Amino acid sequence: MADLRTEFVGVKSPNPFWLASAPPTDKEYNVRRAFEAGWGGVVWKTLGLDPHVVNVNGPRYGAVWGADRRLLGLNNIELITDRPLETNLREIKAVKRDWPDRAMIVSLMVPCDEESWKFILPLVEETGADAVELNFGCPHGMSERGMGSAVGQVPEYIEMVTRWCKANTRMPVFVKLTPNITDIRHPARAAKAGGADAVSLINTINSITSVNLDLFAPEPTIDGKGSHGGYCGPAVKPIALNMVGEIARDPETAGLPISGIGGITTWRDAAEFIALGAGSVQVCTAAMTYGFKVVQEMISGLNQWMDDKGHADMDAICGRAVPNISDWQYLNLNYVAKAKINQDLCISCGRCFAACEDTSHQAIAMNPGRVFEVKDDECVACNLCVNVCPVEGCITMEPMTPGETDPRTGKVVEKDYANWTTHPNNPMAKAAE
Amino acid sequence: MPASPRSPGIVAGRLDAAALAERFSDISPKLDAHEALVAADRCYFCHDAPCMEACPTSIDIPLFIRQIATGTPEAAARTILDQNILGGMCARVCPTETLCEEVCVRETAEGKPVEIGRLQRYATDTLMDAGVHPFSRAEATGKRLAVVGAGPAGLSCAHRLAMHGHDVVVFDAREKPGGLNEFGIASYKSVDGFAQREIDWLLQIGGIEIHGGQTLGDAITLDGLMAEFDAVFLGMGLAGVNSLGVEGDDRGNVTDAVDFIADLRQTEDLTGLPVGRHVVVIGGGMTAIDAAVQSRLLGAESVTLVYRRSQERMAASVWEQDLATSKGVTIIHNAMPLRVIGNGAVREMEFEYTRDGAGGLEPTGETFRLPADQVFRAIGQKLEGAPDGLTLEGGKIAVTGAGRTSLAMVWAGGDCASGGDDLTVTAVAEGRDAAEDIHAKLMEA
Ligand SMILES: Cc1cc2nc3c(=O)[nH]c(=O)nc-3n(C[C@H](O)[C@H](O)[C@H](O)COP(=O)(O)OP(=O)(O)OC[C@H]3O[C@@H](n4cnc5c(N)ncnc54)[C@H](O)[C@@H]3O)c2cc1C
Ligand SMILES: Cc1cc2nc3c(=O)[nH]c(=O)nc-3n(C[C@H](O)[C@H](O)[C@H](O)COP(=O)(O)O)c2cc1C
Ligand code: SF4
Repeated sequence: MADLRTEFVGVKSPNPFWLASAPPTDKEYNVRRAFEAGWGGVVWKTLGLDPHVVNVNGPRYGAVWGADRRLLGLNNIELITDRPLETNLREIKAVKRDWPDRAMIVSLMVPCDEESWKFILPLVEETGADAVELNFGCPHGMSERGMGSAVGQVPEYIEMVTRWCKANTRMPVFVKLTPNITDIRHPARAAKAGGADAVSLINTINSITSVNLDLFAPEPTIDGKGSHGGYCGPAVKPIALNMVGEIARDPETAGLPISGIGGITTWRDAAEFIALGAGSVQVCTAAMTYGFKVVQEMISGLNQWMDDKGHADMDAICGRAVPNISDWQYLNLNYVAKAKINQDLCISCGRCFAACEDTSHQAIAMNPGRVFEVKDDECVACNLCVNVCPVEGCITMEPMTPGETDPRTGKVVEKDYANWTTHPNNPMAKAAE
Repeated sequence: MPASPRSPGIVAGRLDAAALAERFSDISPKLDAHEALVAADRCYFCHDAPCMEACPTSIDIPLFIRQIATGTPEAAARTILDQNILGGMCARVCPTETLCEEVCVRETAEGKPVEIGRLQRYATDTLMDAGVHPFSRAEATGKRLAVVGAGPAGLSCAHRLAMHGHDVVVFDAREKPGGLNEFGIASYKSVDGFAQREIDWLLQIGGIEIHGGQTLGDAITLDGLMAEFDAVFLGMGLAGVNSLGVEGDDRGNVTDAVDFIADLRQTEDLTGLPVGRHVVVIGGGMTAIDAAVQSRLLGAESVTLVYRRSQERMAASVWEQDLATSKGVTIIHNAMPLRVIGNGAVREMEFEYTRDGAGGLEPTGETFRLPADQVFRAIGQKLEGAPDGLTLEGGKIAVTGAGRTSLAMVWAGGDCASGGDDLTVTAVAEGRDAAEDIHAKLMEA
């Protein structure tokens, strides 16, 4: 059995799977059951100052489904906790006392003045919580009030508030980032400059999931109107992975601990975040969709994969993929591949043909008897046929061997690496050294 | 001239080896990886899933299917085997149409359940084919337990006890272990010696000895076992068979279906196994169906299954009945045997139609005859050789709670114990639960 124990900025948990700050972590009743189900930690639903906020009384969620109504994306317009501060603090303390081995992080969002933070931090400290997470990410409702993503979109504010918090507590401070910005590295750098111990990302993405075509109103619709919400679930994973990777490889923030969030639904998703540098992972939508029990599949799956591959513990996998994220300009242009269709596996559906024919390369021939074959003199190795083929492993990308002639370009495949920076077509090419 | 389905009497080799191999092949082979993913994708991961509730061993079905869907069938197998150590056999033999799959929400929605049984087989076969036994024994307790019967109840009990660190000796009257897994289940449900492979795999836990040829009441006695061991579990199944109780029941070629099936399961070369041209099977349960179907598969020209009550009352599921008719078995309901006709051996059988009357089943007065070279009795098994001193209930060993009998430190489970359906999966559940109870009892001292 692999060792899944996790230590993240001094916060220990039996596994890297934490519930993200959201309704599943909104109260003691939930968090206790989550721990019983096996979750390694929780980030408590964001606390604010009293009087507590109120939520809408109509629908809060919208969704995007795949075939068979599999939930692919979820959109919400919920605010931070709508329960009194004192109630939450009492419950946090009680749960932490009974579950000392689990990570208990408390998410916070108060107005942008030092007094408010000075007020709330000692109250949280008193509960015995392991760390705080500053919610600079919520993109709906709270942002209209100058909090959440309204802070997270201005690096100077991030730095300022983080500094206040570091000055007013001995607990580790995590900063939760909003993806609703143009370049995630700037808010991450600001958090680091303010003294953050870690960043958590992503929070939800501004979204309208659908429009009701009878009402001509965005959904979810409340009395004829709709408001943009925050998007999460499997659909946001690629966006989140990229942002985590960007922070992990940015020389200015490299080494800053990252708690990865966004669309994690299976053990595999989690492993990918960890490979890109996440020291812990947080899950919201998967738990909201399937219940707390999903963590058992995540634990067993991660364990099995690590055992199969001989990875002993979290350190053995964390960040292993970071050195392999590259800028486009450094990709090897001398690497040449061709698609190859395995005729024994082909079911003759013709999807590859339609895709290639209509996507501009016209590199697949449809021969008599519905036999599909790649034309090597046209194939640019774009991978689209692989992506649309319903039979896994039927179409593969086969690299050419140096010395062979690429029938498309008529050029010999070279064995040495060469990238765009030195390519003759690049007006700004540097002479090869 | 070689024998054919029309050859008179009871003869072997009605079909050639190739035809027999085809007919007795795996009725529902292992899914391939892609089929498994497609099948798994249909599961909705229901909360408090009804399938889990319906499974006598309470396997966490949504979890194991999700583990398959995410590419970890080995973890899925672990989830299954945690609850049901014979999950491989159950995946093959459970009447899922009346258990987990019957209550699947997709059965409700579309009349097409998630293929739980086949997915279970995919997971357990994957793990077993890799030779992995994912359990290990707790520290030795020094306790020694006796288990009587190496059928599913006894094996399940023995494995759980061994896992808790106890040493277990299993005694069985037969030389070969497995109980009805080995001697009863229809061939096409458990091909390629699966029953023995599964036992070999199960025994990898260690700490279990199996002693064959040891009949309780003969070579061993309950008193002896109670004196020698810390506790005893009885999983001896139902070794006796009910008789027809009609005139001519003792004529030649009128035999017990279970014996025919046991012979069939133990026959290496089916071309050597004789079967009648006209076969009549009496009964309405799984044993009757299996005897009828396998007679047809062996090449009998006509096979008629006669059941005394209406179709709704048949113990065999609709799926089993459909299987039989699809193989060419004729099923006659509401007819009871009157007499066996023949000179020495059976030649014909006479029946009388029945109907449900005020006082129960009553004859209608209309009779008919069926030609018969061979008649199989399949009207139920009964407990035989239960040791003295045990309270019985409805002809079975009376148990309360997790298989506690009327004697201290003696537990019972499976077919021989009162309560529960006579199914493999029920036997596994009862063996497991008794083991937990025995363990708790021994450890409290
Ligand atoms: C023909 C047939 C087909 C069936 N098909 C199915 C099916 O498809 N699916 C399903 O779920 N169920 C099926 N069943 C029912 C299922 O096989 C039983 O419910 C199950 O095997 C019961 O398990 P058990 O361990 O209680 O008893 P058994 O499997 O009967 O095992 C009892 C063991 O005890 C031994 N024994 C008996 N007496 C003594 C003694 N005095 N001393 C020592 N050892 C003794 C026997 O040799 C045997 O090995 C079928 C039953 C039959 C007869
Ligand atoms: C209904 C709902 C409420 C949320 N509330 C909060 C919150 O109070 N504080 C916070 O930091 N993030 C909140 N989030 C964002 C999640 O913590 C998480 O960052 C986001 O959903 C992405 O993860 P996922 O794809 O696993 O859901 C909320 C998300 C949802 C769906
Ligand atoms: S053991 Fe039988 S009833 Fe239980 S899940 Fe498996 S196939 Fe279904």
